[in-house]
Parts: sequence; structure tokens; C-alpha cells
Amino acid sequence: MQPVIKLAEIHKVYHTGEVDVHAVRGVSLDILPGEFVAVMGSSGSGKSTLMNMIGCLDRPTGGTYFLDGLDVSTLDRDQCAKIRNAKIGFVFQGFNLLSRTTALENVEMPMLYNHAHLPAAEQKKRAQNSLELVGLAQRADHKPNQLSGGQQQRVAIARALVNQPSLLLADEPTGNLDSQTSIEIMGVFQKLNDAGITIVMVTHELDIARYTRRTVILRDGKILTDEPVRDRLNAETELKNLKQAQEAVRLA
Amino acid sequence: MRILAPFKLAARALRRNKMRSLLTMLGVIIGVGSVIASVSITTGASKQVEDKVASLGQNVVTVFSGNFTSGGMRGGWGSAPTLTVEDTTAIKNEVANVVAVSPEVRDRMQILANGLNWNTQIQGESPDYPQIRDWDIANGAMFTDADVRSIAKVAVIGKTVVDQLFINQDPVGETLIIRNIPFKVVGVLESKGFNLFGQDQDDIVIIPYTSHMRRITKRIFVNSIMVQAASKDAINQVQDDITTLLRDRHKSAEQDFTVRTQLELMAMATSTTRIMSVLLGAIASVSLIVGGIGIMNIMLVSVTERTREIGIRMAVGARGRDILIQFLIEAVTLSAVGGIMGIALGMAAAKITSHFTGWPTLTPYAWIGIACVSSAGIGIVSGFYPAWKASRLDPIEALRYE
Repeated sequence: MQPVIKLAEIHKVYHTGEVDVHAVRGVSLDILPGEFVAVMGSSGSGKSTLMNMIGCLDRPTGGTYFLDGLDVSTLDRDQCAKIRNAKIGFVFQGFNLLSRTTALENVEMPMLYNHAHLPAAEQKKRAQNSLELVGLAQRADHKPNQLSGGQQQRVAIARALVNQPSLLLADEPTGNLDSQTSIEIMGVFQKLNDAGITIVMVTHELDIARYTRRTVILRDGKILTDEPVRDRLNAETELKNLKQAQEAVRLA
Repeated sequence: MRILAPFKLAARALRRNKMRSLLTMLGVIIGVGSVIASVSITTGASKQVEDKVASLGQNVVTVFSGNFTSGGMRGGWGSAPTLTVEDTTAIKNEVANVVAVSPEVRDRMQILANGLNWNTQIQGESPDYPQIRDWDIANGAMFTDADVRSIAKVAVIGKTVVDQLFINQDPVGETLIIRNIPFKVVGVLESKGFNLFGQDQDDIVIIPYTSHMRRITKRIFVNSIMVQAASKDAINQVQDDITTLLRDRHKSAEQDFTVRTQLELMAMATSTTRIMSVLLGAIASVSLIVGGIGIMNIMLVSVTERTREIGIRMAVGARGRDILIQFLIEAVTLSAVGGIMGIALGMAAAKITSHFTGWPTLTPYAWIGIACVSSAGIGIVSGFYPAWKASRLDPIEALRYE
């Protein structure tokens, strides 16, 4: 099977002032379709830099990166934008929705830059379907300030999915959420992954990483460990347990 | 991106900050408004002057006799007896593109009718005169070539003369005494009002030039010759040809006549209003430029404020050029809407000025077009730098921007 992501000896050096910062020092990584990978590491481990390169927001200074079989390490700004639009869906820690814009319009936004030029009705239908996937079809005309944090993150996920990307990239998606909402979001990810969507997620929370299938730990710009997740958590069960525990507290 | 999508985006972004958008537009509104108002007022003024010049007649070329000099004494302009009726005939027969000519002889005299008297201008003309001056006969008819040949005692009179001598009476058919000679009134001219120099053009009695020269003043030279060219384009050619013809006929060393055209008079008369319109236009353009700077300023603030939005858009696949177009269209929308509101404001201001001062105002359609195009142009020029700045943002840094 052709890997979605194929990193070979990726390096990233920042030239800032006197000293060169070597943020990523030779990372090689294959991620196959249908995988759910957590990239972990302490701050300064190079995980954000690596994510930016995987997301085509930044270019490596060394090595090659094949996304969906296409060498994207040498593309220019506009070509990168096109790749981001067609092949990658982003989910951010801060949700990054457009304020004073409805959920539906937020989800439609990536299609505005799509080269397929879908008709407006088709755009709306796809945005609606996307919102349905994350269980927010009823909130389509709500604006971000009328939605909870968890709902906002779902809108962001719907936006990431709307162009049917090969890869969903999540950067600390639960960083701004409480534990119950975090589990709910992980439930959404697990559901999408079960449906065949490849997800790469950056996190520094160990228990969040346990909802994925594979954990890659970075340190000092290199891969420290790369292993499958043992005793993987199921979001649905965890949510049920959490609710029972809350119930018990209330009864006592 | 689709064609209409960026306009929708721009409209939405501008609606989000209604007050700010309106204040930003105010610069352009005032700039365009003052351009339109000043152009309307000066165009109205020059139109008024042009109308006065046009009341002289259509495509008129006038030949004046030259200066009279005798033994070192120099008479004033037009004092020399040099133009003749034969010159008039020669012009009519030999110069191309001449449709009508009239030799003119003028004198002020006391006239009598109905036991009343009045001092007025007695003018000898040919029957072509009303056509040259574009002057209709209100009542009766103009005298004819037959009247000229027979040195007839007929007259066509102006409105003022009617008011003074024929009160509440139809003057056609009545008799008028000029220097003890009775003239029959055959026609009354339409009222033409005051000319460019403030003279009452209706205070006039027109008689055949032969009657004037033989019966009243007994002279052989005419004061001037009025010529009508076939078209506006032919005026200069007719002027040159008349000059050549008369120099040839008069055979004098010095040119003893002057040929003036309506175009020259028009240019002289409108020079003041032209200077005024250039000055006003220049001042108004400065305010338009200030409006443009206001737009640039606000667009720069807007780009900084929306850095994160730009980052999000870039992350989901907007190219630099998509962002550039988005902000450029916002700036153009601001200035174009401001421009349209400015046109309305300027026209209203001109109407109000006209209402209170009585000055005629006129908004030329061309200037409405110029105002639209230049306000859109100002949007492009002042919006380009902020939009370019937005399009060059690094998506990673833009996303991290707080």
C-alpha cells in the first residue's frame, strides 16, 4: 500500500541571527492510509515544525517528503496552497473559526479556494454533510460565539473534512477543552478513523494519545520511539464510564 | 475563486464594521462630492456664457472695417470706410461654404409712432439676417430680396420697440417714422434678451440695407459684414478665404479690415470660467487624494487586525493572489461606493447652491463617468499596498498571531 506520508531524512534548520537552530534533524516516517498517529514530545522537540512541514505550511531544508505519492518538498507557495486545499484538512488548538460567520459558512470556506469551482448549491450540500458527520447539522446557522468549545472544534473538523482530504492534521485539538469534551472530540476522530480517514495528531497529553493507534515520540528533532498503542482507549466506553462516575458522585 | 465570491466576501467584511466603513468612505464622498459640485457650478457658468455667445447666431464670421487714419490722426477701431456692398456680394459668390451674408449699417436715431417717440438702433441688413443670427420672427414676416432691390420702406422691429411705441397693439401693418420717412412694420422679432455685453438686443429696428444707405444715411460704405458658414468646421476656412479675398479686392498695403469668428469670441468669453474650473478642480482633487490615503490607512489597520483570518484562509488553501484580490476588492468597494454617494452629494450640493444663488448649474455626464472611474482607481491604488502586504504574510506566523 502506498503511504499517505513518506518522510525521508527530513531536516529543518532555521537561520535566525548568529546561531542556526536545527529544529528537525533527520526524521524518516511512513504513515499508511487509515492510520491514526499521535506525534508527541515536549516543547522544543520539533513536533510543531514537523507538523508544519507535513501540513505543507513550511518546507524542509533537507530530505524529501512524499504526500500521496507526490514530492511536495520542492513546491512553491502557490502549489503548496493548492495541496493544502485538496489533500490536507487542518484542525487547530484554538479552533480558528471565522468570527461572526455561521458554522455552515465556516465549513464552506475551503471550497471557495477549491479549483473544482463547485456550484453554490453543491458547496452548501457538502458543507451540510460535513457538519452531519461531526453531529452538528442542527447548528449550521449558529455563529462561533453561540457554540461551546467542543462544538466549535467539531465545526473546525467539519471544515477540515469538506474537501475530502487524504489526511487530517490536528494540532493539539483538545488543548483548549475540558476532559469530557476532549473525550467527545476523540470519539469524533475515532469514528472518522474507523471510516477510513488518516489522522495525524500532535498532543502532549498521554491519555489523549491512548485513543490513537500509533504513537511517535520526538526528542531534540529526532524520533525517540515509534510504536503501536497498547490497551487503546475507546471514547464511547470512556464517556460512559465518566458519566457513571459523575452519577455516582451525585447519588452519594 | 469564483467571480462574484470576492465581492460577497468584501461586502460582508465591510458590513461587519459599518461605522468604520462609512467614516472611511467619507473621505472619498467629500472628495468626489466637491469635484462634482465645483464642476457642476463652473459648467453651469460657462454654459451660460456660451449661450450668450451662441445668441450672436450660428457659425457666424463677422468682417469689421479697419482703422481710419488721416494726416496722422487715427480714428478708432472700425472707423475706416473700407467695406462695400460689392465686398458682400463677392464673399457670397466666391467663398466656399458660405450660406448667408448680410451687409450691416448701424445708426442710433429718434423714431416716432402713435404720437410716441423712442431712440433706438436702426440697422440696415439683408433678408438673410434672421437666419444668420438664428433669430425667429414672432409675428409677420422678414422683408424680402425684392424689398432690398426696390429700396422699400419696410421695417422689422424688436420686442422693446413694440413695448415702447405700440402698447397693447399689433404693430404689423402700422407705420413708423424714421427721419421723417414713414416705414411700414412688416414683422416683429422674437425676444432675444441681453447680449454678452449687457445690451438689450430687442431694442432694434431692422430695415433693408439699401433703404438705410440711400434713404436715411446716404452712404456707400457698410460698417460690417455678417457671414454664416455652412458648419462649425468650416468657420476657420471661411475666415481665411474672406481675408484672402478682401485683401485682394482692397489692394491696400495694410490690412484695412478684421475678420472675427464666433469661435474666437467663445474662447475669449469662456477663458475666465475655464481658469475657475481648473482651480476648483485642483482643490477638489486634493481632497480626493486625502480620501484615498484614508482608505489606505484603514486597510492597513484591517490587514493587521485580520492577520489570523488571513492565516486560516491560507491554511485551507488560499493563495497569495486570492488574499490580494480579497483585500483589493474591499478597498475598491469602499471607494466606489463612496464615489457613487459622492456623486449624489455633489449633485445635491450643486442643486442647493443653484436654488439659493440663482446660478445655473449643470453636471456633465462625462464627469460622472470620470468620478466613477477615478474613485475606483483610488481604491485600487490605495488598496494595493495593504493587500499586497496581506498576501505576503507567512501562514504559520499569521496563524500564531494574537
